[in-house]
Amino acid sequence: MADYQTHEHDVIVIGAGGAGLRAAIEASASGVSVGLVCKSLLGKAHTVMAEGGIAAALANVDDRDNWKVHFADTMRGGQYVNNWRMAQLHAQEAPARVRELEAWGAVFDRTPDGKILQRNFGGHKYPRLAHVGDRTGLELIRTLQDHGIHQGISVYMERTVVRLLKDGDRISGALAYDRERGRWTVFKAKAIILATGGIGKAYKITSNSWEYTGDGHTLAYDVGAELIDMEFVQFHPTGMVWPPSVRGILVTEGVRGEGGVLRNKEGKRFMFGDIPENYKPQTAADEEEGFRYVLGDKEARRPPELLTRDHVARCIVREVKEGRGSPHGGVFLELQTFAEWFGKKSKGFNAAEHWKKKLPSMYHQFKELGGLDLTKESMEVGPTTHYMMGGVRVDSDSQMSRIPGLFACGECAAGINGANRLGGNSLSDLLVLGKRAGEYAAQYAKANPATTIHTEQVDSAAKWALAPFDRTSDENPFKIQADLQDMMQDLVGIVRKEDEMQRALEGLEKLKARAAKVQVTGNREYNPGWHTALDLHNLLTVSEGITIGAILRKESRGAQFRDDYPKKDNAKFGKVNSIIAKGPDGKMQIRLEEIPAMPQELKDAVMAEAGGVLPDELK
Amino acid sequence: MATVTFRVSRGDATKTEFKDYTAETGEGMVVLDALHQIQATQAPDLACRWNCKAGKCGSCSAEINGVPKLMCMTRLDDLPTDAPIIVEPMQAFPKVKDLVTDVSWNYEVKKKIKKFKPRKPDNADGTWKMMQEDADRPQEFRKCIECFLCQDVCHVLRDHHKHDEFIGPRFFVYTAALEMNPLDTEDRISDLKNRDGIGYCNITKCCTKVCPEHITITDNAIIPLKERVVDEFYDPVLKLIQLVFRPRKKESEA
Ligand SMILES: Cc1cc2nc3c(=O)[nH]c(=O)nc-3n(C[C@H](O)[C@H](O)[C@H](O)COP(=O)(O)OP(=O)(O)OC[C@H]3O[C@@H](n4cnc5c(N)ncnc54)[C@H](O)[C@@H]3O)c2cc1C
Ligand code: SF4
Ligand code: SF4
Ligand code: FES
Repeated sequence: MADYQTHEHDVIVIGAGGAGLRAAIEASASGVSVGLVCKSLLGKAHTVMAEGGIAAALANVDDRDNWKVHFADTMRGGQYVNNWRMAQLHAQEAPARVRELEAWGAVFDRTPDGKILQRNFGGHKYPRLAHVGDRTGLELIRTLQDHGIHQGISVYMERTVVRLLKDGDRISGALAYDRERGRWTVFKAKAIILATGGIGKAYKITSNSWEYTGDGHTLAYDVGAELIDMEFVQFHPTGMVWPPSVRGILVTEGVRGEGGVLRNKEGKRFMFGDIPENYKPQTAADEEEGFRYVLGDKEARRPPELLTRDHVARCIVREVKEGRGSPHGGVFLELQTFAEWFGKKSKGFNAAEHWKKKLPSMYHQFKELGGLDLTKESMEVGPTTHYMMGGVRVDSDSQMSRIPGLFACGECAAGINGANRLGGNSLSDLLVLGKRAGEYAAQYAKANPATTIHTEQVDSAAKWALAPFDRTSDENPFKIQADLQDMMQDLVGIVRKEDEMQRALEGLEKLKARAAKVQVTGNREYNPGWHTALDLHNLLTVSEGITIGAILRKESRGAQFRDDYPKKDNAKFGKVNSIIAKGPDGKMQIRLEEIPAMPQELKDAVMAEAGGVLPDELK
Repeated sequence: MATVTFRVSRGDATKTEFKDYTAETGEGMVVLDALHQIQATQAPDLACRWNCKAGKCGSCSAEINGVPKLMCMTRLDDLPTDAPIIVEPMQAFPKVKDLVTDVSWNYEVKKKIKKFKPRKPDNADGTWKMMQEDADRPQEFRKCIECFLCQDVCHVLRDHHKHDEFIGPRFFVYTAALEMNPLDTEDRISDLKNRDGIGYCNITKCCTKVCPEHITITDNAIIPLKERVVDEFYDPVLKLIQLVFRPRKKESEA
């Protein structure tokens, strides 16, 4: 029998990023007891790294903005396979969630008349991202953390949940080990909210940290919840490419939002050469117009560098493939062209000071890690695995999965982003849908009786988790993880093909067999080898989900680009989502499901921003 | 490529020893990369914290050749490589294992500091008017990534172990961010004097030197707070004038 401690709460939140914290604050404000569990220390979750901003139609900088435009932008960005109800709630409620942060102590950058300043970002029609320089995520997480610690929430840091527990159909708790000593804790609860973030560690080149191993996705899948849209993995166009040790680290889209220009090795600004039809009406005709847009000229249209991420990433891949890349396999991103242009118009302009103020952490990052001064030199950038659009399928209003009492929000939940997320929409999603998850989980906990923990579930999970200590084999967890990352990068990356993905499926079977033999040395105290060994199950599960989703969707849409099906196929795939669940035989099953029809009011909002024409997907 | 020796502190609270490992270095490599290499090839149970690998989360604090630093922002080409590079955990906190220390004290301290209490909103939609020049000061302090390197280096904690009477530079920065937020109406000055031990700080500025976010902890946070404490407690005349003629806060930092 496993030896474990028990902590009981009405609601347990797994994950202390923006989504988990916001959910915990809401649940505890409605009077239930809340426990918050996270793998790292409080305040270190991925949210802390977000740079560019939070999207919300506050209309502080451009008064033409409103929720309908934000909604239409989000749907267009997601290529209309988003859950429209979530996108609607998100656009409607984001402004209130941002203002609330200010009431809790956040100090955003200001407009000249003393309001929250908003900046341009890819795919957003108006300047919409509330921000603090390029460290918006830090402001968001710290504000929630500093507010949350006075709310009576019990925080359990450095504990990793390895299994969810059930009582009949209902969720009843979670089993976790503490990193420090490797001891077991059972968190008993009436409702559980997953807010565990993404899956980036399934790939070699990523902006994501060790935490992003798809835990929430897998925990939910293993107890019978559905996953949706798993084929849609966002590759951010601009990660660092040099030196090798920082490969993948993010270069915020804010650099392009503030006037950054992409060039190939011939010095050509290649983005002007490839503007998709449906974005033509919104894109600048020339350099001059693009720069005027950056400065906030309402007549001007956005520069092509601010097209959606999937498109910019693919253009960069093309330049590199066709031999026009930078020395280390990326392209150049530079701020000097804008600075020169602006310098001519505005006499007192000091480029170095300007960029240091606008992009302080990027300046710092390149200076200290890349050894270059971005105010004077070009950066080298290339795509990096960044964000997971796919995740736990939940109800749009309550965020509950099909397992009673199991909720999910933030990056590990899915629906709102469709085939591609717009920058800035994640932080706002964390707040809006995180709050909803907290509210509805508390409601659920109040309306339902206590659950029972079934110790045989605890025992079997604990036994599974400790098995690697007793094995003798030469399967090293770090090596298996690295091999998986290499394979996913090569075979299920930005540009996908049927035969390569079939090979990936075979590769996954082999990796699963190796993972079943993985061995760890040392003891249970703070042992990264052991932790990595346990993460493998999650990484393998989400990798399989991504691969079968990408195989099933025989078209190119948003973040999914199929070399063998380079076009959108609206007739077959324009109105459907892929849904994954565990079959009765324990194998992963996938099917397509029709998206419910959009109400007329929302269709009108989309049409208003699409030149009066209803996109084929919505017909 | 060169081979560099790392002398890493291994062990837990009961027993600690240095162990030597070698790592192959490459261009642009940082200390954290080398530790990951050692983990993957030689010591899979070597414990260290990290998240962002870009100086944004404040997880990877350690002492490198005796200097408190973020491991992810310390490049090998800035260190002498003819001798072993010594990597140790922070010294001001109890050791858990290898490079991991128990920093929970910091979280307890923060809870005791009175939270943000804004004045009534200026506008009907619940928003406030705040100019950028008023936002600048708290924004400097809000850059803090809670790496606790300043806590580690401060002699009041590191050498004199005044953890019960002194909140440390990190939390003076935190208090300053609240006190200098133009919307805040709370009063934390008597706590600073009586509970938080601001008097123990003798302005050595060691904390400012190690701050990876380049926050001017001493000059911009601690000294103005000390001035407020002096204003409030030792100068009743000044205090009376302040009470009668102007709101207590804000002007003093002008
Ligand atoms: C470099 C970077 C920059 C970004 N910039 C922006 C931006 O400007 N704007 C924007 O909108 N979005 C941005 N994003 C995306 C956005 O930051 C993330 O999508 C978002 O922060 C995810 O928040 P979350 O609350 O879902 O998860 P996270 O903040 O990642 O939190 C996950 C939490 O779950 C915990 N956890 C995970 N697994 C377990 C487990 N098994 N047991 C216990 N706890 C667990 C973790 O410890 C952590 O506390 C950026 C992302 C990156 C990487
Ligand atoms: S200036 Fe004060 S707080 Fe900072 S290290 Fe010196 S004594 Fe400590
Ligand atoms: S003030 Fe600086 S050194 Fe201190 S915790 Fe914050 S970032 Fe670290
Ligand atoms: S890993 Fe985040 S600061 Fe070093």
